[in-house]
Amino acid sequence: MSINFPFSAIVGQEQMKLAMILTAIDPTIGGVLVFGDRGTGKSTAVRALAALLPEISVIRDCPVNSEFAKDVPNWSANRVKEKRMRETPVVDLPLGVSEDRVTGALDIERALTKGEKAFQPGLLAKANRGYLYIDEVNLLEDHIVDLLLDVAQSGENLVEREGLSIRHAAKFVLIGSGNPEEGELRPQLLDRFGLSVEVTSPTNIEDRISVIERRDSFERNRKRFINKWKPEDKKIREGILKARNNLKSIKTAKKILRDCADLCLTLGADGLRGELTLLRAGRALAAYEGKTSLERAHLKAIAPLALSHRLRRDPLDEAGSGTRVNRATADILG
Amino acid sequence: MNRGQEIWLQVIAALHLLAIDPNGLKGVTFRLRAGPVRDKLLSHIHSIAVSTTKLHPNMTDEQLFGGVDVIATLNKSRLVTTDGLLQKSGWFELSMAERSSLQTAARLCQALDQNLISPLILLDEGIDDERPPDSLRERLAFYFDLSEVRHADTDFDSVDALQEIGEAKSVVNDMRKLVLLAEQFGISTARGPLLALCTAKANAKANGRKMVNDEDLEIAAELVYPSRATRLPEPPEASEPTQSTEMQQKNDNENEKKSGEIELPNELLIEAVRAFLPSDFLEKLKTQKTHLKSNGVGFGTQAKSKTRGRPRPSRQGKLDGQNRIDIVATLRTAAPLQTIRKIKTKAIRHVLIYPDDIHVKRYETRSERVVIFAVDASGSAALSRLSESKGAVELLLAQAYSRRDYVSLIGFRNTNAEILLPPTRSLVQTKRRLAELPGGGGTPMATGIKAAGEMALLTASQGKTPLIVILTDGRANITLDGKPDRTQAIEQCHQIGRWIAVSGFKSVVLDVGKWPNKVLAHIARDMQAAYFALPRADAQVISKTIGAELEL
Repeated sequence: MSINFPFSAIVGQEQMKLAMILTAIDPTIGGVLVFGDRGTGKSTAVRALAALLPEISVIRDCPVNSEFAKDVPNWSANRVKEKRMRETPVVDLPLGVSEDRVTGALDIERALTKGEKAFQPGLLAKANRGYLYIDEVNLLEDHIVDLLLDVAQSGENLVEREGLSIRHAAKFVLIGSGNPEEGELRPQLLDRFGLSVEVTSPTNIEDRISVIERRDSFERNRKRFINKWKPEDKKIREGILKARNNLKSIKTAKKILRDCADLCLTLGADGLRGELTLLRAGRALAAYEGKTSLERAHLKAIAPLALSHRLRRDPLDEAGSGTRVNRATADILG
Repeated sequence: MNRGQEIWLQVIAALHLLAIDPNGLKGVTFRLRAGPVRDKLLSHIHSIAVSTTKLHPNMTDEQLFGGVDVIATLNKSRLVTTDGLLQKSGWFELSMAERSSLQTAARLCQALDQNLISPLILLDEGIDDERPPDSLRERLAFYFDLSEVRHADTDFDSVDALQEIGEAKSVVNDMRKLVLLAEQFGISTARGPLLALCTAKANAKANGRKMVNDEDLEIAAELVYPSRATRLPEPPEASEPTQSTEMQQKNDNENEKKSGEIELPNELLIEAVRAFLPSDFLEKLKTQKTHLKSNGVGFGTQAKSKTRGRPRPSRQGKLDGQNRIDIVATLRTAAPLQTIRKIKTKAIRHVLIYPDDIHVKRYETRSERVVIFAVDASGSAALSRLSESKGAVELLLAQAYSRRDYVSLIGFRNTNAEILLPPTRSLVQTKRRLAELPGGGGTPMATGIKAAGEMALLTASQGKTPLIVILTDGRANITLDGKPDRTQAIEQCHQIGRWIAVSGFKSVVLDVGKWPNKVLAHIARDMQAAYFALPRADAQVISKTIGAELEL
């Protein structure tokens, strides 16, 4: 396995890092969409995330990483009940992937050589309970996008083809990255991502120098570099674990709920997903900060991440949607 | 030494460095057509590389990553797999790189990031705007345009023997210099300075030094930066104060002691990069914005698709990892032969399927549409209707976006037509371009229609369906060669209109003048275009009209 650049060693890009941490605390927030120029560390951050996340316990050799023996799908040949720990799966969905690879399909090898009708699980099965990463998500073919939308929504993958009828759990956090200059994303898919972040190259010379410096020492001696950053990574991991425990006990006042609704109404965000994400992400942030209740400050910090991609696109509006969110937040939350 | 020789020497040096640090530098792009120089280049590469693996843009996944060898598996009745090209070692060579789709590029990028296929040599044989996907090119350290190099220039190929010593070290100050230099040339990604740093280290290593020195930095800057530069550095006097004040504003407290150290990159380094900027750099700079990307690579839909669309009858074929097997058709083909095969092979398997039986599914997709707007921005039109036209185009863009159409924008005024936007789906870019469109000057209508027709030809060759929309008041007064002559200008419009009609492109002419223009109606008839006189129309009406036309 290749050694990844440590998460905590990524210079700047605080919003992107925060968004990823929040989804690790509460996967129900939905995915993260990272849009930005080439060479700003998008892929690096996602790959680093895998090493950062706490391990999960799975049934050995289960094709969908089930936690309990009863969840192991019946089409799987696997009958062991033994558990083991493994790292949270982070699955790459390459562009131009065929539908069969994504959903899984008839195992042609076995069909042809042994004449057996068996199911070969696809990437969705592999990504269950973990992350599905799509680089250049805006270039993904439409039919794959539709399929992902459907599964991300239902948390279940249903395969009906070549005489197979199979279903399995497919709950994953979608992480997409892309360059908006190369093409846009359909609003339906945009809305499906919980948080969105825009990344740019750091403008500060000192930051840029330290990007180069860290990358250089990483390339020179990967092991040493990773050991150096291990304590930092560990701090974040423990923060995530602690926040997961705290999450349930975060109190939310009625007043804050009203703020959420007000904000979404003012911005004209479509659907109720905006409010829900705002609330969940806000709570996750409160838990990460070790607070006991959700406060306005949290909403304020989260609003641009949770709402800027949900606004109705106005072709005649020159200002970016981020500005609109900030303006509305300032108006309502003071 | 002439320019060709200089470039050739650089090429030799770059290849040498690649051999030293393939994983850090990733590779090189060469832009040149087939010819003696290319042969020379390739033979040089083959002499350095231990082994080279050839890649081509239309590789299937199975070829790239390996997979099940269906034929061997069927024959031997056990699973036989093949090795993919990416599993090979040595140097990789991608010819006709400009033809690779974004999908292929994405796979190669992933492989590059995992150091599976470095060094990668991209051979770009593109003409004009054709070029390899940016994502791929950007990852490779070097880029050389060898179209200026003649065979006579390539007579040097002395390379010193490699002196293998330990890793060369660099200090923070080197990095600072490279980052500052990148900043000066408007290189915003972190890959530029990183690759430059690797180059400097490789060069130090090649010269048997333990530490990177200024000479290494200079060579690195020369090799890596020129092709990435997006602007020329400002003169030092002007930029120094702004930069340091900016820095101070940003990190008021912590940086106070450092602010004295913020120096500009070495004048020598700037000159080194400047010397190797492409000769048409300034010209390119002007047009660079217009082809920022999205010349539609990869989206050129095949009329016959393997994976989606309306199903067509399945055909005999091979499984290549992309297409899907049609089990029923395959079994149907195999069924009548079962008895014969069983007797012949004495096999005890239930069903005997031979490779020839395999049928694959086929689908048919409708090709994607490209709406090409040719907008009249001349004085006569600007006075009356330019802003409405812009508004209409923006509204249409929003619609086109929701229909997943591509949009392209051509403006004509004064004496020429300008492609403001090649076919794209990016709303952001389009809005920016439209806002920048100035008005005023003569009406070179023939030139505008011609540009639209050429764009239509280009998109049609990529497998898309073009639709031309011309917004003008029809007061053509500039001829194709830029001379003011009303009669001839109108005659030429008729000619080009007929050419478009013959080419079979669908077109719409919107008369946005204050009064309907008979001449324009005639031109539209020659183009076999739908003609709409919209003297009092606002943006909404115009967009509705075109929208209705699009739905046909």
